[in-house]
This record gives sequence, C-alpha cells and structure tokens, in this order.
Amino acid sequence: MNRFLEQRVGFAMLSLAALAVVAPILLVIGAIVVRGIGAINWEFLTAVPRSGMKAGGIFPAIVGTLVLILGTSLAAIPIGVGGAIYLSEYARDTWLTRAIRLAIVNLAGIPSVVYGLFGLGLFVLFLQFGTSIVAGSLTLAIMTLPVIISTAEEALRAVPTEFRTVSASLGGTRWQGIRRVVLPQALPGIITGVILGLLRAAGETAPILFTVAAFFLPRLPQSAFDQTMALPYHLYVISTQVPGMPPQIQYGTALVLLALVLSLNVIATMIRSSFRRRRQW
Amino acid sequence: MAQPPTKIQVEHLYFDYGSKTALTDVSIDIARQRITALIGPSGCGKSTFLRCLNRMNDTIPNTHVRGKVLLDEQNIYAPGTNVVELRRRVAMVFQRPNPFPQSIFDNVAFGPRVLGLAKNANLFQTIEESLHSADLWGEVKDNLKQDALTLSLGQQQRLCIARALAIRPAVILMDEPCSALDPIATLKIEELMQELKQEYTIVIVTHNMQQAARASDYTAMMMLAAGTRSGTVIEFGETKKIFTNPRDKRTEDYITGRYG
Repeated sequence: MNRFLEQRVGFAMLSLAALAVVAPILLVIGAIVVRGIGAINWEFLTAVPRSGMKAGGIFPAIVGTLVLILGTSLAAIPIGVGGAIYLSEYARDTWLTRAIRLAIVNLAGIPSVVYGLFGLGLFVLFLQFGTSIVAGSLTLAIMTLPVIISTAEEALRAVPTEFRTVSASLGGTRWQGIRRVVLPQALPGIITGVILGLLRAAGETAPILFTVAAFFLPRLPQSAFDQTMALPYHLYVISTQVPGMPPQIQYGTALVLLALVLSLNVIATMIRSSFRRRRQW
Repeated sequence: MAQPPTKIQVEHLYFDYGSKTALTDVSIDIARQRITALIGPSGCGKSTFLRCLNRMNDTIPNTHVRGKVLLDEQNIYAPGTNVVELRRRVAMVFQRPNPFPQSIFDNVAFGPRVLGLAKNANLFQTIEESLHSADLWGEVKDNLKQDALTLSLGQQQRLCIARALAIRPAVILMDEPCSALDPIATLKIEELMQELKQEYTIVIVTHNMQQAARASDYTAMMMLAAGTRSGTVIEFGETKKIFTNPRDKRTEDYITGRYG
C-alpha cells in the first residue's frame, strides 16, 4: 500500500473514532431535548408535584438539588482546598503524606453507592443527623473531596516555585507567599476543580438515596435536618417506581438535571480557558 | 585604592547537601558599597555561596552550614537570628526576570506590604523612589496599574531590582541577573549597578568575564577544590589585579578562556 493512501486510511479511522465519542453524547442530549422540551413550562419549574407526581411540577426537587450543592460546597470547599494547600505547600514527602495521597486516589475509585452506605452508617445513624440535608451534603462532600483535592493540588503545583522563592527573598513568610502570589494564580484552576466535583455530586443518586432523598415530599425543606426531594433521585423514582408515568415528565426532569449540570460545566470551561489566556510564563 | 570597610565577612564557610559538601572553606571579606563579582565554571558553588549570604538555602531540606557569615559583625547563622529581618537587609535579584503576574505597582509594593513597612501615604513614595533608583520610573510612571508581564525582559529585570530596593536593603545579591537579557538591556543593568553602589553593597554571580571585568570592583574566582566535588574560592582580590595579573594559573586559564 502506498504510504499516502496508508495515511489517508489512518486519518479516516482516527476521525471515525473521534466521531464515535461525540455521537452518543449528541444523541443522548438530542433525545432528551426533543422528548422533554414539551414538558418545560413555568408550572413545571415552579410548582410542586400533583396527582401522584403525574402532573404539576418538580420545584421541590430543583430546590433540593441546589440546596444539596450548596451544603456540599460548604463542607467540601474549605476541607478540600485547605487539604490541597497543605499537601502542595507544607507537607514534606513522608510515609504519612504518601499514605494520604494514596487514600485520595483510592477514594476517587470507590463506587458511589458505597459512599451512600457509609453516609447512612456514619451521619444518619451514628451521629443521629437522621435522613437529612446535613447527612446528604456531608456524604456528597466526602465523595467530592478527592476530585477537589487533586485538581486544586495540581493547580497549586502549576504555579512556578520561583514565586515562592522570590516572596521569601523579600521577607515574606511562607503563608504570605501562598496567600498573595500562589493562591491568586491557582484560583481559576481550583475553582474549575471545585465545580467539576460539585457537578458530579449534583448528578449522583446513590449517595443521597439513603441519606437525604425523599420519595415524595411536595413542599420545600424546612431546615437543614429536613429531608428533601432531589432531581436525580426524583428521576429514578418517576422512571422506575411509578406505573403509568407520562414519558414527557420523565424526559422533562432529565432535561432540567442535564441543563443544570451542563451549565455548571460550561462555567468551569470558561474559567479554565480565561485562565489559559492570562497565563504567560 | 584605599581599603573600604567590610560589610560581610565570610569565615571558613562550608555548605553540605546531605553527605555531599558543596562549599569548602570559603573566607572572603565583601566591601561596603562596592561590587563584588563571583566568577567560575558552572557547578562550582557560586549560586550556593550567594544564597548562603541571605540564608535562602534554608528552605532546602537536608542542608547544613558550618562557619560564619558576619553581616555588620553579626553572625547571620547565630541561633536566634531573625531570618525575615536578615532578608530585608540582604535582598536578592534572580537569574530570570521573575515579576509576579500582577501590576507594576503591586510588584514593587509586595515587600513593603508583607513586612508591614509602609502605610498608604508613604507606600506610593517608596514605590516611586524604588522605581527611580532602578531607572524605570520614567518608562512606567503613567502605567503603574499595567500588568508587569507586558514589560520587556530588560524592564522586567529592572522592576525586580526595584522590588528588591523597596524593602530598603543594605546588600543586594544578584544571581546572573543579565543571563536572560540582550546586550543593550545588560549594559543598562550594569550602569544601574554603578549608580546603586553609591548606596548599596552588591554581590553578583556572573558567567560573563567582560561583565565581571567592566562592572565589578572585586572578584572572587571559584572552582572545585582539587580532587573533590566541592567548590571554593581559589583567588580573591581587586578585579583589576585578578584580570591583569592573576596569581593562580587556574584563574588565568579561566579568564583567558583556556579553561577545561
């Protein structure tokens, strides 16, 4: 075979592989938009479910998911970013820090249902938070931590060591160097990691299944120790547990969840690309 | 030339990286308000020695210093020495221009701010004076809010010098400050050094023999000690004498380019 022909065949196969990656995403989004867009109206977004969830809206589930994202952020961001700063800036390379890193990598690989059971055992039962937003948020936070810690640590390490040295040479303490030079540089990368972590938390069903999610609760949560509906679990319920569910409501719910997650994703991408443009070293 | 007073007196300084000794028995007197150049082949410990003078090596784990470095007759390695205060008195300019990715103003203000030196009113004055002393004020005075990374490399290096001057040091250490610059920017830095030595004591590491000959008053020739992997000063004296009439054959070979 002549080498130019070989190249052409090779490129064709590679572009087919690339297409094979994109096609399912477009098909999934397309199918959900086409079948779900009809359900989207003001009532669907702002009303509580009625008639055994076969009519009305999904407002409590939307609010529930937003509240869970907020609760997860409150717990995961300080711990995750603080841990990343410690690991990247302060920790010496000892068996302890190696063990911590190993634990973080392994945490990322644990199936989400295991986090759910862990949250049930620790937060719901042992600490007696009950099935509540607190228990659900903390469970989601633990699941999110590995993503936040590893991306934040990477962002911190991407800041040249030189800046820390210069800061020290000007009489700055180590913390002043971190606070005034390193963190501002790493911030966009850290924010991206935080959003990606929260994104995963927003879409998960298993961790909230035993810790916070209500099957049917047609009102907004009253306190942090209340249960709440949430979009992923609601989608699971109306797809599998309710006979005779109108498909349009199922797809409409999926569309709202997808829109929420994708818009977070777009924000993360925008922050990252503006960061790349600004970085000049 | 009358012997000027000594600013830094180095006595039998040894520096160890773990079990490896990087500097062996360095003893020189660095004169006040003069420029002292450190020359010698790569890897002979020039930068390591320079960094011993403001304890920048402290941050490297497993290192150990023996001997004394007396700054104004005080041993900077004495227990209880305030390293932050030491670095305020002994500032440093690095090989590559490395302004922070912030505005010109914030770069120069960094030292005064972390040290809590200047409150708003005289912060601006400090910054203006520092930029003046670094010969940069005229070029940037209308753009202090501009990102420092938009400056040319030569301007960036002068900004780094201004940033170092803003903490009001007595000594400025320069680690090959011109190695990333073109000849014109280099000349500008050398002229600046001549102005700065009216007020400051300068120690400069350079690979450029012409630069050492042109710009310095004293020169220390460093080299690996015979039969070891450890650097030491083999000859130290007035630059004129070192370059016209070196006592050590190795110095002569090095400065005439016959080294190695």
